[in-house]
Amino acid sequence: MFDFSIVTGWLDSLLNSFMPVWLTTVVECVLIGVVLLLAYALLALFYIYFERKLCGAFQCRLGPNRVGPFGLLQSFADMFKILIKELIPINNIDKFLFMLAPYLVIVASFAAFAVLPWGNGLQIIDFNIGIFFLTAVSSIGVLGILLAGWSSNNKFTLIGALRSGAQMVSYELSIGLSIMTIVLLSGTMSVSGLVEGQKDLWFIFQGHIPAIIAFIIYMIAGTAETNRGPFDLPEAESELTAGYHTEYSGLHFGLFYLAEYLNLFIVSGVATLLFFGGWMPLHIPGWEGFNAVMDCIPSVIWFLAKAIFLSSIIIWFKWTFPRLRIDQLLAFEWKYLLPINLFNLVLMLLVVAFGWHF
Amino acid sequence: MADIKDIIGKVCPDAVYEENERPLAVVPDAKWHDVAVALKNASYDWLIALVGEDFGDALGCMYYLKSTADHSIISVKVVTTDRENPMIHSVSDIWKVAINEEREVYDFFGIKFINHPDMRRLFLRNDWVGYPLRKDYDMNPDLNPVRLYHEEPDDASVSYQEGADGKITAVPVKVFGDNEFVVNIGPQHPATHGVLRFRTSLDGEEIKKIDLVCGYIHRGIEKLCENLGYPQTIHFYDRMDYFSALPNEHCVCSCIEKALGVEAPRRAQVVRVICDELSRIASHLLFFGTFCMDLGATTALFYGLRERETILNILEETCGARMSFNYYTIGGLRADIHETFIPKVKELLAIMPKALKEYHQLVTGNVIFQNRLKHVGILSREDAISYGIGGPSGRASGWANDVRKTNPYAVYGELDFEQVVMDGCDSFDRYLVRMKEIEQSMKIIEQLIDNIPEGEFCAKVPKIIKLPVGHWYQEVEACRGAFGVYIDSRGEKTPYRMKVNGTCLRLASIVDLITRGSKIADLITIGGSLDYIVPDIDR
Repeated sequence: MFDFSIVTGWLDSLLNSFMPVWLTTVVECVLIGVVLLLAYALLALFYIYFERKLCGAFQCRLGPNRVGPFGLLQSFADMFKILIKELIPINNIDKFLFMLAPYLVIVASFAAFAVLPWGNGLQIIDFNIGIFFLTAVSSIGVLGILLAGWSSNNKFTLIGALRSGAQMVSYELSIGLSIMTIVLLSGTMSVSGLVEGQKDLWFIFQGHIPAIIAFIIYMIAGTAETNRGPFDLPEAESELTAGYHTEYSGLHFGLFYLAEYLNLFIVSGVATLLFFGGWMPLHIPGWEGFNAVMDCIPSVIWFLAKAIFLSSIIIWFKWTFPRLRIDQLLAFEWKYLLPINLFNLVLMLLVVAFGWHF
Repeated sequence: MADIKDIIGKVCPDAVYEENERPLAVVPDAKWHDVAVALKNASYDWLIALVGEDFGDALGCMYYLKSTADHSIISVKVVTTDRENPMIHSVSDIWKVAINEEREVYDFFGIKFINHPDMRRLFLRNDWVGYPLRKDYDMNPDLNPVRLYHEEPDDASVSYQEGADGKITAVPVKVFGDNEFVVNIGPQHPATHGVLRFRTSLDGEEIKKIDLVCGYIHRGIEKLCENLGYPQTIHFYDRMDYFSALPNEHCVCSCIEKALGVEAPRRAQVVRVICDELSRIASHLLFFGTFCMDLGATTALFYGLRERETILNILEETCGARMSFNYYTIGGLRADIHETFIPKVKELLAIMPKALKEYHQLVTGNVIFQNRLKHVGILSREDAISYGIGGPSGRASGWANDVRKTNPYAVYGELDFEQVVMDGCDSFDRYLVRMKEIEQSMKIIEQLIDNIPEGEFCAKVPKIIKLPVGHWYQEVEACRGAFGVYIDSRGEKTPYRMKVNGTCLRLASIVDLITRGSKIADLITIGGSLDYIVPDIDR
């Protein structure tokens, strides 16, 4: 397996050889920032295209097919359109918070983006509480949504924001607990440690029953976290027109839009990390030849393919299911998911304590 | 006739009975409320039409009542000669449907209804001058110019209450309190299916009260008809409830034919029934799609539209249009069916069962879908009758009211089909009734498609159509329920008064009743399950 730390280490030593340490750090930060931004934008564009094609297939349509071959340039065209659109000024709003809100949302998803294990040795920050950090920063996003809804001074956005607040707070519990279940199995919170722990077998196989339960709950709660159907109540189109971002236009709306797609990727990326080995190829103990073949596929591709596969499941949910009602949504979390999750945590504890896992 | 004389005679001996197409009693206003109670107790509990009219010498209303026991229709006329301050007793406490219909009469004729809870205009602006359907209405555009400012929200209403001594006092009524959180749902909103506005008072996510505001696409079709010849009025019927354009046309054509004494040839009648049922299927398919989309299941919309498209293609080949068909004419059809009509309809019949199965697999069994629909928007049978909710929405409340069965017209009487009645009273049953009606419509088409008789497709009618003096009421089962047309003729080329009576205004009126206490999301579910079309409300 190719280790990207060779490349990064070489770059670091090269820069250090003719620059002071502080300058190296600055240059590296800028480089990483640019690469991250680029990856972020490209992924968002890919996701927009991917979802439109996929839902086109679900709905007996073709999806975008006019701009460029197979409509590949459609999302670029959309991006440029949104960049050059006017930011419509609105009267009687809290201007500062109104402007701040989309950036909070984007910053939250950006920070979460940084922790993902992109490939072997390809990770921006790796520290011992990586997964904990991820849940913490992704919670900032809800603050942005609440502020957006409140500062718009519009009744629809306010209802959307309140719904969003209730939903996020509830479903974050489920996300946290299912992450806890896996942390219990792996014994580490560090992202690289989690990936290393799945060298022989992915956690979903290692932890069998409790891991599968945790995975299902994580996917449900993750869909709710990203505000996507059937949990898209904060922006329920047929009820609240566009929910919390009704009043936004141009780039500011674009940022919400971008963050929504990237959150989709982050949620499926974290699911990949926790249950499907991150960038780790599919290894089956004892099958040496098979494992060697699997190792030939680059780690970045493993990670991206798994994450995109999981996100297409979330997209599939969205285009199939009707939306829940707010009371059903909350009852589902507090009456079903949370007790199951707590029980599952105990089950995992027993599995780990008695060594029943693979 | 004896029947109605018996009932009314006990309460009001001085009623006058006139000869007409249906039993007609003219009742003095002072006794009208008592007569109404007696009629309701004698099972005439469905107010199918409330027609305001300027009779020339007097202003008044025609009430068409249908018995839910034997489905006979009677009519009552109440007039007042006071043109300055016309007043009639309200029957809105007996038939709830009258609440909004009396507001409509007030809007167009200025008749104030005594004891009506909320006497505001319904369609026109609050600052409209005059009552446009009165014959002495001044059409001078200076009086009612196109106003470029928004009308003030009208929270202040009035109710004319009659005291024990018979004295009438105007009591101010407030629609919403000062501290209520009122959200505008509509007129521009993705789920109101057109420009309908619900002013919704909320307590958190819970709905406390809804005030219905309509008239955003009011085109004054009834007023326009008064200046057009009878054949010219037909195309308006495509533009009211545009998803049941053909049944609407069927209604007005058969009403005029009835008045003329002309009968459409059998070929025309059979084709009319087939086309009616095709548009019923198309309409219910669109209902399926948009309803699921309102609930957030977007994909179902495309499945519904896919099959609807084949129906529109069939109708396009025959009528030349996909929405505003203008296909039926007085005496029959405007043109014969296209040669591909029969094979294509057969193809449609072949694909529909598979498509229906697919819909049920995709949507009906879904747990989220069922949870959103079951026990949401309970409409009891009593309320359905009182609010005059015919059609699939009423039949989901256990009330058999299908005009095709109760008062058969065209060739419906000879056909073998079932009236779909369910008694769940909730949104889920309203959905299921429509899905099952698609199957029944297919059954009707199956029986007729091979038996279209040869012959003329249009009867001979005079070049210039003049109806004799009199008034007629005809109703058909349109896609959303009973659809009626009232024509009053004074022997001229143009109708003296033409009233269109769709179900959609009634459907929209019960939204307030059945959403109270439920969530905002339920408003969308209920609105979708009632399946109202705004142009039919506003006309």
